[in-house]
Amino acid sequence: MKPLEGLLVLEFAQFMAAPTAGLRLADLGARVIKIERPIKGESGRQIAIRNIFIDGDSLVFHTINRNKESYAADLKNPEDLERIKKLIQKADIITHNFRPGVMEKIGLDYASVQAINPRIIYGVVTGYGSSGPWASRPGQDLLVQSLSGLTYLSDTADAGPVPFGLATADMICGAHFVQGLLAALIKRAKTNTGALVEVSLIESVLDLQFEVLTTYLNDGGKLPQRSSVKGNGHAYLSAPYGIYKTKDNYLALAMGDLHHIGNAIGCDLEERYTQKNQWFEQRDEIMALLAEKLKDKTTGEWLSKLEADGIWCSEVFTYEQTLQHEGYRVLGMQQEVKLPDGGSLTTTRCPIRINNNKLYSDVAAPKPGAQTEMINHQFNLL
Amino acid sequence: MKPLEDYLIIDFSQFLSGPSASLKLADLGARVIKIEKPGTGDICRHLYTSNVIMNGESSVFHAINRNKESFAADIKSEVDKAQIWALVKQADVVMHNFRPGVIERLGFDYEHVKQVNPSVIYGEISGYGNEGPWKDKPGQDLLLQSLSGLTWLTGNAGSPVPMGLSIIDMLAGNHLAQGILACLFRRTIGGEGALVQVSMLESAIDFQFEAITTYYYDGKLPERSEHNNAHAYLGAPYGIYKTANGYIALAMGSIPQLGALLSCDDLLGYADGAEAFNKRDEIKAILAAHLLKGTNEQWLGILQAADIWCAEVLAWDQLMQQEGFKVLDMLQEVNMSDGFKYQTTRSPIRIDGEVLKSAKGSPKLDEDNEHIISQLINRQHGK
Repeated sequence: MKPLEGLLVLEFAQFMAAPTAGLRLADLGARVIKIERPIKGESGRQIAIRNIFIDGDSLVFHTINRNKESYAADLKNPEDLERIKKLIQKADIITHNFRPGVMEKIGLDYASVQAINPRIIYGVVTGYGSSGPWASRPGQDLLVQSLSGLTYLSDTADAGPVPFGLATADMICGAHFVQGLLAALIKRAKTNTGALVEVSLIESVLDLQFEVLTTYLNDGGKLPQRSSVKGNGHAYLSAPYGIYKTKDNYLALAMGDLHHIGNAIGCDLEERYTQKNQWFEQRDEIMALLAEKLKDKTTGEWLSKLEADGIWCSEVFTYEQTLQHEGYRVLGMQQEVKLPDGGSLTTTRCPIRINNNKLYSDVAAPKPGAQTEMINHQFNLL
Repeated sequence: MKPLEDYLIIDFSQFLSGPSASLKLADLGARVIKIEKPGTGDICRHLYTSNVIMNGESSVFHAINRNKESFAADIKSEVDKAQIWALVKQADVVMHNFRPGVIERLGFDYEHVKQVNPSVIYGEISGYGNEGPWKDKPGQDLLLQSLSGLTWLTGNAGSPVPMGLSIIDMLAGNHLAQGILACLFRRTIGGEGALVQVSMLESAIDFQFEAITTYYYDGKLPERSEHNNAHAYLGAPYGIYKTANGYIALAMGSIPQLGALLSCDDLLGYADGAEAFNKRDEIKAILAAHLLKGTNEQWLGILQAADIWCAEVLAWDQLMQQEGFKVLDMLQEVNMSDGFKYQTTRSPIRIDGEVLKSAKGSPKLDEDNEHIISQLINRQHGK
């Protein structure tokens, strides 16, 4: 049995952060119904990467919205709104990511929804919170990364600001959202009252930086200093932390005793860099010395030598290598979802295992309104 | 009342992944007791993690372990072990991030814990799962980034570039918190315990689910743009650009529309939408050269007025002066038992309009032993 079985979630949300939270709740067993405008559905259906569409909806939309149902409703139409309100009476959670003011105008703000269903957990995702000068700005991943300072942590010092190359703020915010919603459900079990749960992309991406921000707040305000050496892995860690070129490929070297690592590589660092603070302060010159040595042998040669010495290191793989590797395949992370036309899509499963069970589902993302009729009958909405 | 008030978490985990999960739960109201090795404690207190030392220990430890208690116990000593068992029996959640096989040797694995505490939610984080050729590899963030394909997404085309944070640790911690919370919720209905497992590798794959699903679909590896790369799968203008006095981020906008707004005639010819992706390097180069000619304020003034998604790029010192940051109330000061105070961030979640703060700083190693023994252990032993 999946832990959230029996829960009903109504997702008024679009794009990525909140829908990824809906996906996680669905994989954990909840029934998630997307409330979408008729015909066109949510705007995320048209946001594509590499311009790939499956049956009219982007592949990204399919990835994020599998294992959900869709109910079509025009929230400006009073009859549709009445049906939605009836559905809300039966729901445990509703989520949305409209800009501040939109749900108020429709009449589905927290106070109004509470009046319909006092036990509701009402979840809101915003870009920048609901007040202040940024509240009305577009809550978009790259913009949030750019405002948050995150772009000064990756790549080399002379690269300028470098964003994380995935929708990181969206993903981490979705993860926090799930936590807030579940914690509120736990509290509801005790108090029998609902709750308002709010997260924002900017707070989530600040939380993601909590270690380095705490360092910044307590080291006299020194901004992160990225290495000048290509492959640098972390602005705050000492040498050798990073990725190095080898004779045939690359090698990742994590933290460890630098003298031990130097000896294994054949780089005498013991005399010149006796103190641990030098490993931090002279990071760049140490990394350059190591880089010089590491390019002389293949990755395979280095791995057999360094792993035998207990040094933390690895190959650097592309998807082609990762997804074919036994170390990946043994996870059973791959799954197929069944498309209505009989075809299928390959994607990944939920990363959480419960009682030794991997959580799979072959339910594909719904067409807009695919379950409207069924839901109308089941919940007696007409 | 915080949502997890009255919940007790016994946390054997070290470093970042597990402890970041228990920090989330602590901020939601749970009582978290770290079980630490006498004398040294969580390795993160000292080892290689930061050269910024606050009150004798690494800044990173203080960030991750505030709002928790420390119980030092030698898991190999019979006396101490009995004390840990007394705690484990009362726990709502037990969690660890040892490598596969270690907790079994120590005797606190799920099968054993379940026998004395059937309704326990037991959480564990491994590097690569409990089977397969990688199971004994060190579950370390940079190695996971490197093995999972993540390093080919950030930075410009060329060599691999890691994301400059322990992102996989953080994701695995967040996923563990999700799984634990889901099972704690289930327990409120039927009282049943559960085993929750995540691995850093599964979390790293989940993080890339869009890109990997695309790879499964078209078999093509990610291709970063030659310059101004922000996302390997998106076309121009998506990226960060240098201006006369700083940097701006541009997330969308049709190329001819941007050309018209920015008075950049060279962009007007890219009328076919597909070119934004197919010719993104060439378009980005034109845009990059043009944006150097004006300031952040000039460009953002024009673009924001036209509802183009864009923003200034800030470093932390600039960020913290912004009203948009201050209104978030994201920082808090916490106090250690010896009077040492430090600044850090708070939980990113708001409940009923309230931010979740806690003034409790990180614990000194073993500082809660006496209190925990008298309050939780002697009670358990009927003393």
